[in-house]
Amino acid sequence: MGDFFGIVGLSIGVSVAATAIAAAISLPLGTALAIFPFRARRLLVVLVNAFFGLPPVVVGLILYLALSRSGPLGFLELLFTPAAMVAAQAILATPIMTALVHRASERAWARYGDELICDGASRIQAIPQILRIIRAELLTAALAGFGRTISEVGAVILVGGNIRGLTRTMTTAIALQTSQGELSLALALGAVLIGISISISATVFALAGSARTAGSDET
Amino acid sequence: MIKNRFLSVLAVTFAAIYSGQAAAQSIVLASTTSVESSGLLTKILPQFTAKSGITVRVVAQGTGKALDTARRGDADILLVHDPDAEQQFMDEGHGGRRRQIAWNDFIIVGPAADPAHVRGGNDGVAALQAIALARAPFVSRGDNSGTHAIEVRLWKIAGKVPDALSLEKWYRDIGGGMGQALNAAGAMNAYTLTDRGTWLSFNNKGSLGIAVEGDPRLINRYDVIELDPQKNPTAKLGPAKIFADWLVSPEGQQAIGAYQENGERLFNPSAEKPR
Repeated sequence: MGDFFGIVGLSIGVSVAATAIAAAISLPLGTALAIFPFRARRLLVVLVNAFFGLPPVVVGLILYLALSRSGPLGFLELLFTPAAMVAAQAILATPIMTALVHRASERAWARYGDELICDGASRIQAIPQILRIIRAELLTAALAGFGRTISEVGAVILVGGNIRGLTRTMTTAIALQTSQGELSLALALGAVLIGISISISATVFALAGSARTAGSDET
Repeated sequence: MIKNRFLSVLAVTFAAIYSGQAAAQSIVLASTTSVESSGLLTKILPQFTAKSGITVRVVAQGTGKALDTARRGDADILLVHDPDAEQQFMDEGHGGRRRQIAWNDFIIVGPAADPAHVRGGNDGVAALQAIALARAPFVSRGDNSGTHAIEVRLWKIAGKVPDALSLEKWYRDIGGGMGQALNAAGAMNAYTLTDRGTWLSFNNKGSLGIAVEGDPRLINRYDVIELDPQKNPTAKLGPAKIFADWLVSPEGQQAIGAYQENGERLFNPSAEKPR
């Protein structure tokens, strides 16, 4: 039972950390892609959207080789640790979140861009303004990133190693239970995983709802 | 505000991760899947940790991959079961000391209907020939593991080339672990070769039952391999040696022998008299 809470805690912790890192990258990047005109922009947008389908095992494998003690990042000694799992998940979540932020920013920029520039804001200064305007969509982006990370198994089992008490998450535990023929246990864990996903998105939406009400009081 | 909250969550997560790493001594054990999925390590590791204070982090991969993990420098010690692949690993100079800790055997399991009429036999090679002749479904691990290696060896003795077998519809190479293979065999009413430890602790047998056992060619030896200090300067060889020594000590051997499932012993300790 101690195992169980550790596994659930690790799953949530790794996914939240990975989503946070992905947010720190994708929020400014997605908006910048919408408001700065530059030559490679279309290509970048296409690439970001293509990376939606980044296969987790490939990300896991590349990271595995990079973090291996004989690999270029081996000195960090991160292979088979939760930190490696966070890195893999962040890589997987970033393209999805960037694309969603970009799409919302593009719409907001088309609508409010001229006003913002007229108010004397530079394009850099416009980034936080745009992010404020699209904050509801940011929530969707964050939940999409979280959903991608908490449900993923291919990358974390490679770089984490599914080590009991250290890197065993809900998805890797389900894979292990299945391989031991403990199908009902695996199914029960799966139900818990789905329950957690649902309650987290419900909580976030509830929080967002109350935040929006508070915000409308200000105006 | 939101960013601050993100950052504090991050900080807490990483603090937790690093405090976990700093705590006590730990080694990474790359092992075959069978010692993990049979429940053996879960049973004996707490006894070792209680005595030595060393945590053993098990990465269960199958023998081929486990040896590769050690070659790349990502493991501190090995627990594997493929004598030929191990010998190659030693010949390459990666290994330090190699000691047998236990043995059990491989068995062929199959569906109750027994389309190849092999149930009750004790000749693995004859059974595979009968299965091929009957074109009865057979699940192959196909993952370069120790169990896959013995399977390939048997097919060769039976006069079959595994690469050619892959073209046959009844021969199903699933490229997966022992548990996956047993799940698949159960679902497809197929025969498969399994180690006895995983079989005894497996909980989704369905109509599968033991078809062939007792062939002396089907012995399954488990070795602990310490790594060579010159080839593996970054490995934690000190605590790894303490672990290897414990496995072959009377206490470790007793712990291995005490592990039972439904009154049957899964692993026979054999450090004293290697088989």
